[in-house]
Amino acid sequence: MSKKHTTPQGPVSTIRTVPYDLLKEVAIAMVACLVLVIVLAAALSSPDVPSVTIQSWAQADPVDFTTTAANELAGSTASAGYGAPYNTTDAGQTLGPIAPSKWAGVRQPVDGANDFVINPLKHASVGDSQLTTALTGFQAAADSQKTAWLTAYTKALGDAKVQEGKVVVVPGDYGSVPILMDRLLAVARSGGLDGLLLSSGHFYQTDFTKPLLFMADGSYLSGLAAQQHLSGSQWGMMNETGQYPGQSWLWLYTVWYQIPPFNTAPNGDLLVIILMGLLTLALLLVPFIPGLRHIPRLVPIYRLVWRRYYRESAGR
Amino acid sequence: MRSTNAPGPMGERSSSWTARARDEMAERLPMANLLPDRQPYYVGSWVYVFGVVTIAALVLTVLSGVILAIAGPDWWHFSSIGRFFNSVHFWSVQVLFVFMVLHLWGQYFMASWRGGRATTWMIGVVIFAISIGAAFTGYLSQQNFASQWIGVSAKDALNAAGLGAFFNVLNFGQMYGIHVMLLPAAIIVLVALHIVWVRMKGVVRPIESSRPASRSTSEV
Amino acid sequence: MDTPAGYLHWGFILISIPNLLLIGLMIVLFALALVVPLPGEKEKS
Repeated sequence: MSKKHTTPQGPVSTIRTVPYDLLKEVAIAMVACLVLVIVLAAALSSPDVPSVTIQSWAQADPVDFTTTAANELAGSTASAGYGAPYNTTDAGQTLGPIAPSKWAGVRQPVDGANDFVINPLKHASVGDSQLTTALTGFQAAADSQKTAWLTAYTKALGDAKVQEGKVVVVPGDYGSVPILMDRLLAVARSGGLDGLLLSSGHFYQTDFTKPLLFMADGSYLSGLAAQQHLSGSQWGMMNETGQYPGQSWLWLYTVWYQIPPFNTAPNGDLLVIILMGLLTLALLLVPFIPGLRHIPRLVPIYRLVWRRYYRESAGR
Repeated sequence: MRSTNAPGPMGERSSSWTARARDEMAERLPMANLLPDRQPYYVGSWVYVFGVVTIAALVLTVLSGVILAIAGPDWWHFSSIGRFFNSVHFWSVQVLFVFMVLHLWGQYFMASWRGGRATTWMIGVVIFAISIGAAFTGYLSQQNFASQWIGVSAKDALNAAGLGAFFNVLNFGQMYGIHVMLLPAAIIVLVALHIVWVRMKGVVRPIESSRPASRSTSEV
Repeated sequence: MDTPAGYLHWGFILISIPNLLLIGLMIVLFALALVVPLPGEKEKS
């Protein structure tokens, strides 16, 4: 059956039309998809590796926990030297005059030494005179003294041993740092530190910034991630835990992190964001970009899609 | 079909906004074009099926998401029925992206933006980008190890872009709200517009190798 | 399903077997969609 094909631009040359049941097609697609998804869900389930807690970290790797806590006091962790939005210790990633993180400012203030170590210890020092004294002594010391203690202690942690859940280092001049670290570890192992870092004075809470930044400052969380090939340098963005497919659609986003200059540049993230922004814009504007919009004509895929049309047109 | 408020004897248009809107819509997208029961005979390839399967997967994603939302973010970790619905949600997202990308490949190699259809293409790209954001916030909302790792990793890119200050990937409440309400609403509205645009313009014609040099930006 | 997946390491490319299978499936599906005729196509023409 032939029919005059009318568009809002006006009638065009007659195109032969065929019956086509749109709603039946939708219904068939829905049923097919439903069956496929139910079979996959029933057979393969879905990934759900339980979350790491500060407690599980402190129990599984007390040396890493203690080292991280000491580094927080020393201000040498990733979060301590991050810059915006957490603090101003670093200018953040820039590209020439472009400095978006700095422009956005410090919106989620985090002070690792106080937030992750000192304040929780103040709570823990109730009824613990030894800890109270150690805290007071540490806070009263000069900065250069604190640095000397912490440097010596973190060096000693390199050869630390774990005995009955406690971290033991060779004797040295560490001031009250070992007592602080010992008590913090005890609070962490008991599960108390998870709550202390989360509640931060309110009752209702959905912001996990503090415990997550603290965990990310250590090596335990990232070690678990590396085992599952989830690190940035392992194309991690595309991957999923276990045998499950991940996010293949992020391939173009993660590929840059595997190659120079992005994989070593200190502003690598900003470079990738800008590049991906431009590429996304290019995808959006394909209809208008010469070259890009002509490629389909050069690749004979369309000839397969419309082969009946070309056969019949050639026959006429 | 003109409204009953037909133009007066001097040809002036009706002053009723409602009538004018209705006439405009009827002219741009008559019901016969919105729900056609015939298509040009060249609409005859399995490639044309990718779009509707993507929509089917989106419907399943939303429906399973609604069930997960009703029962709360904890439920599926502790209930086997909950875990099943989480799996339905997970696999419908996988099917959604597989067929969305196949649809993208198909429409690109058919140069489907021709004939004034650039808007349809652009709406599609925006849907793709927002879907990536929806999946991302979904992964962050899982409240398991993957959420933790994805959050601490992604924060660096978002912070570098200045967005992390406003969209805190480590704030579950914020990410969850964006995932279950904001982005699904955006996707659904854009998919509806995408479909309306496809129906308004009709299916693109096959590429003509003998067609004269392009007259407009949207012609190949 | 929860044990870590196998990975293919080829040059700088590192891809999980599940992802590789999925991408392979997509390419196969696209190719099939191009060549397989619709059901009842003969009757329609």
